[in-house]
Amino acid sequence: MSDFEQPVLSVSLLNKQYGNGCASCRSSRRDRLIKNYCPVCGTVYACRDITFEVHAGEILGVVGESGSGKSTLMQCLYFDQDVSGGGAYISAYKNGQANIFAESSQQKRYIRNHIMGKVYQNPVMGLKMDFTAIGNIAEKLIAAGNRNVGRMEARGMGLLEHVNIPVYRAKEVPKNFSGGMRQRVQIAKALSNNPPLLLLDEVTTGLDLPVQASVLDLIKKIQRERDISVVVVSHDLGVIRMLADRTVVMLDGRIIEQGLTDQILEDPQHNYTQHLVQALLG
Amino acid sequence: MKINYNFAFFDEGSKREIRRATLKAIAIPGYQVPFASREMPIARGWGTGGLQLTLSLIGKEDVLKVIDQGSDESVNAVNIKKLVKATTGITITGITTEATIIQSRHRIPETPLKEGQILVLQVPLPEPLRYYEPSEYETKKLHAEKEYSGAWLMLFEQIMNYGHMSTGADHPVMVHDRYVMAPSPIPRFDNPKMNCAKALILLGAGREKKIYAVPPYTRVRSLDFEDFLFEAESFQGKSCRQCGATGVYLDEILDDATGKTFYQCNDTGFCMQRLNGKPC
Repeated sequence: MSDFEQPVLSVSLLNKQYGNGCASCRSSRRDRLIKNYCPVCGTVYACRDITFEVHAGEILGVVGESGSGKSTLMQCLYFDQDVSGGGAYISAYKNGQANIFAESSQQKRYIRNHIMGKVYQNPVMGLKMDFTAIGNIAEKLIAAGNRNVGRMEARGMGLLEHVNIPVYRAKEVPKNFSGGMRQRVQIAKALSNNPPLLLLDEVTTGLDLPVQASVLDLIKKIQRERDISVVVVSHDLGVIRMLADRTVVMLDGRIIEQGLTDQILEDPQHNYTQHLVQALLG
Repeated sequence: MKINYNFAFFDEGSKREIRRATLKAIAIPGYQVPFASREMPIARGWGTGGLQLTLSLIGKEDVLKVIDQGSDESVNAVNIKKLVKATTGITITGITTEATIIQSRHRIPETPLKEGQILVLQVPLPEPLRYYEPSEYETKKLHAEKEYSGAWLMLFEQIMNYGHMSTGADHPVMVHDRYVMAPSPIPRFDNPKMNCAKALILLGAGREKKIYAVPPYTRVRSLDFEDFLFEAESFQGKSCRQCGATGVYLDEILDDATGKTFYQCNDTGFCMQRLNGKPC
């Protein structure tokens, strides 16, 4: 396979479970589980055998109802949680030959700081609310080894301007910002080290419609300009329709359907996807 | 009723346990070693960490000097000296060069320390990353991975807010190119004195239950940026009004009656020595 064809991110049989499992759910999970929950031992199978690829310059949408495992998937990919099994490979890290989940904690930190950026649903998770907006961006730059204040300040100001945060507010703390502004600061922070891969977890949830639209426009603009790969998680098929080239549909911790977004929207195969599309179209 | 305490207040087992933690701290410069901080006859936050180090190390031949923010005769210093004297009977001195153990709150003496001396610093907050990361569990991991962006970020924030690094005291240092350490709240002026110091420097935090150390001749570098270098406080053009010393850490004293500002040595022992015409 040539470098050109190599996916930016390749996830293979990723599993995440809460609980140790029991003989009942390990032997015949599918029959005895209630959704993704084992009634015998209480184990929750949040992600089960998740496999997908993200290619260069592509936006992959992950859609599903609440509790389907989308956010857990993102947390696993960004090392916020340890996986229970499976692997993920990033072309920008060791030429895609190393399972990033098996790397040391130090290497995972390196990947977070250099290769991936993440925007959390809740800005409190992604930002230090008591540090200035520009300080938040500098945090990633410092973690990547920058020790020049002038250069970091210039870079931070440029990024904040790019996400429409007025420069005169750069030295304010994000807790003084509105929800939309906080998300934009998170986006600027996630982009600070020019990562080839961006993870967006429900970035527009909780925002009002005009702000949602502006954040989505911004993400599209940035993705086009920088040609980065994006994984965007949302329970809102409208967001996925607007952003994603390809879409993965999750239910009860499993991928039930994946394909081009247009194809998913126009010709959904799975019952659940059909319901989801019907709800979107009203 | 007079209670006959064991030599140096503690039982021998306690002293041995504290010394074991101290040895580990010396073996891993800048690393915070947890220890079982004892109940002391002074309140936590009043130098219990330093005092435990001093009491665990002191021998019958030792000579002790105690400094409290530069002063040998403040309430805290006097009480600590009284306790040590009462439970050991050793000699107490105000002269830095005579002391074998110097317990200090927030200052390193002006007189250069020499080989064989031990400087014990009292530490209120040993964790240099605490304002960045509140969880002890997380800061332990950050130290283990040598991930000190948080320490630099706090300095970056100061530059963004005030245009310069504004740490009045406790400016973080990198010890032996491995661990970032809070040098107890000594003024920035004293940071360079830690670099390759001839004496052993021990730091004890009683409330936080940590001991850490800078062994003699260890590299200690204050954190800074390429374009914002570390600078100690400058007292250029100023001198002590009592002994005339220059190039030392000076207290600024405002005379309410005249509105005039005076400067005098913060290290009272050093100043006294100069006033008495004796070598410091």
